[in-house]
Formats: sequence, C-alpha cells, structure tokens
Amino acid sequence: MKYISEFRDTKQVKELSDIIHKLSKKEISIMEVCGSHTMAIHRFGIRDLLPSNINLISGPGCPVCVTAIDFIDKAVELAKMEDVIITTFGDLIKVPGSYSTLEKEKAAGADVRIVYSILEAIDLAITHTDKNIIFLAIGFETTAPSTAAGIMKAQEMNLKNFSVLCAHKIMPPPMKAIIEEGIKTDGFLAPGHVSVITGIEMYNFIVDKFHKGVVVSGFEPIDILQSILMLVKQLEENKPKVEIQYTRFVKPEGNQKARDLVENVFDFTDASWRGLGTIQQSALKIRTEFEQFDSEKVFDIKIGKTREPKGCICGQVLKGLNRPSDCKLFGKVCTPENPTGACMVSSEGACHVFYRYGAN
Amino acid sequence: MCLGIPVKIESLEGEEAKVNLSGNILRISTSLLDDPKVGDYVLVHAGFALQKIDEDEAKKTLDLLKELGMVSDNS
Repeated sequence: MKYISEFRDTKQVKELSDIIHKLSKKEISIMEVCGSHTMAIHRFGIRDLLPSNINLISGPGCPVCVTAIDFIDKAVELAKMEDVIITTFGDLIKVPGSYSTLEKEKAAGADVRIVYSILEAIDLAITHTDKNIIFLAIGFETTAPSTAAGIMKAQEMNLKNFSVLCAHKIMPPPMKAIIEEGIKTDGFLAPGHVSVITGIEMYNFIVDKFHKGVVVSGFEPIDILQSILMLVKQLEENKPKVEIQYTRFVKPEGNQKARDLVENVFDFTDASWRGLGTIQQSALKIRTEFEQFDSEKVFDIKIGKTREPKGCICGQVLKGLNRPSDCKLFGKVCTPENPTGACMVSSEGACHVFYRYGAN
Repeated sequence: MCLGIPVKIESLEGEEAKVNLSGNILRISTSLLDDPKVGDYVLVHAGFALQKIDEDEAKKTLDLLKELGMVSDNS
C-alpha cells in the first residue's frame, strides 16, 4: 500500500537498528504518549531492535484508558433511558464503569451502536426522529475536530435529537504532569496524528523549561526507529530540541482550519485523568452556545458513587511506573475477553497490547 | 484511537470524498482541509481527512534512510 509499505522496508529497519546500536551509549528512557504508538511498538517488535540501554516507556496516551470512570457511569445511565440510541467508538463498549458496561446494557436491551464516525451518529439522528441520539466523544486533538465538525453540522441542520457526551482531552498537559511528578524520562516520542492538528509549538516548553527532547513520530516501524535515532542523537550530544520525523503529514503550524473549528465549539476545562489526578485545562467542554448538543445539559444524568476496579493498577501503568506484567491480575483475572480495567479493554491500552503481542 | 491511514481521494462531491481503503469505498468528509483534489493522498481518521500528504517530504524521509544505509555500509 502506498505510503505504508515503503515505511516498513525490512532492510532499512535493520539498518536503522544497527545505527542506533552504534550511536547509543547512554542509559536513556524515552516515553511515548500515544496509544497508537504503544500498539505499533509492540506490533512491530521495536523493543527487540533496540540496545538494552534504551528503555521505552508507555505513558498516558490511550484516551479510553485515561478517561475517568464517571464518564462510563454517565454513558450507562444514558443507555438505560427510554428512546435513546448510544453511538460510540468500538473500544468504549467493554470499558468497566463502577457498576456496569455499555456491552452489558446492550445485552439487557439498550440500543448501543458502534460507529466509525460522528457523521454516522448524525445520519441516525436524521433517520430516527423519534429517538435521542447520543454520541460518546473521546480522543485527543486528532478526534476533537471531527466532533466539532459534527456539532456544527447538527446546528446547521437544526437537529433536535442529537447530543454529545464529551470527554475529549488534550496534549501536552499530561506530558507536563508526568515530568512534574518526577517520572524519569529523558525524551518524548510525540504523537504524530495529534501533532498533524496542533502543530509543534506547544512542545517548546518541554525543551525550554525541562531540557528534554521531543520528536514527533509517525507510526510505521521506520518512523518509530528514525524518531528514536533522532532522540538518541539529541541525547548523546546533549542538545534537546523539538523535531518532526513525520514530515510527510506534520507541518510546524499544524492544521489551523481544524483548530479554529475546535475553538469555535469547545472551551478548555480541568479534568480528572486516571493515574494522574486532576490536570488543569487539559480537557474540552462544549461551549454554552452549543449547549443543545451537550448531553450533560440536555439530560439530567444521575450517577452513584464511583469506584475503581479492585486490584487494578491501570493508573500506575499509565504513568509508566509499572509494566502490565507487574499487575497481579494481568493475564489471570484480567484479559481482553474479561477485562478488569480500561488498559486491558482498549486496543491501544498497554495491558491489551502486552497481552496480545506477548510482551513482558 | 489515533489510527490514521493514508488513502487516495477517488472522487469528490462538495465536502464529501470517496476513498479506496483495501478495496472498500469509504465516504469521508474533507471539511477540515483546504482545497482537496481527486488524486490527493490524505490522512483519514474517524471519517474525516485531517491532512494532505506532502509527497516531497515522504520522498525525502525515504531518501534520507537510503543515505543512512550508505553510511552504515561504509563505517
């Protein structure tokens, strides 16, 4: 496939691995903060291609995993309501809430449908005028513009039966939180598709204030290895900077049109991140001008006391302090078929990835 | 979640494009792009095109790797 296969060329993968082995002398830790990077690193066996002095850590990059449990509890309550269709990206359906999951509610008769895009949810609102369509919006800046575009379209069409339960989060506040918590990392692989939207200026403080390097990386094996090589060079020369490896899609200025749409529809707000607690100005909420499309304003959602699953160390895994295999439940009680925590449910969660690709 | 794939715009009608993904024709929105054209390769995520590929940069990335290959052979 064009623009994919060329970036998986095995000869060049080996050459990159050889060069990294030659150049890399210092003990270094590199953190990625993107679920798709977590998946790609394990799927392509990147760790095995690196020398032992490079430690790759998975950080809080999986949007499903970092979303606080009350979001699922609210979605579950909405699913129980009459004449409601819940539309969601696939991952969310099995995520454990305090008392139930969307999958369990579906089995009990709730109308819960997996969609690929908010546009499908809007189509449902048009064809099912007797139902209230609710779209569960999670994801980082890669996904927020599409939710914004969806809400704008709903406004243009004057839809009366469509709303969004919003849990979008943004980068780089969690990267700042990780550093300020003292978690050891010498540099970051920055999320390639988030950066397509945001551009790279927002990473400058990581170099200026904290003297750690940032390389914006693509998702194919060659992209990830090239990015690691760029970070190794920065660290060996002690010259941290912000660089783009994924130049075929990431421009320094990002996608301004997409950002304008997001700013038109959303405001920034504080949010609770699993593992990191409350991070200020780290999430998006729907502006009051669009409150007729905000499920939290349209519906009176009442949830009980939240509770995290017992024994689950998702929070520690999300900060890179523990590997999934450190968890007592991993692979025994907690598996993709029977997940205890969010990190095992999401296809981009570290636990799921470790389980699927047999890492340790 | 951030899964995005480069696909080619096969046809365009207003802000709706048809792209070919492994033989499946997908309808996607180009409302986040300036000036999309038939034949453009775009990054698609959750039903929306997020960016056009910069073909020169794609080539540069691969050419750089070939250069690195030459370096590692000689050292």
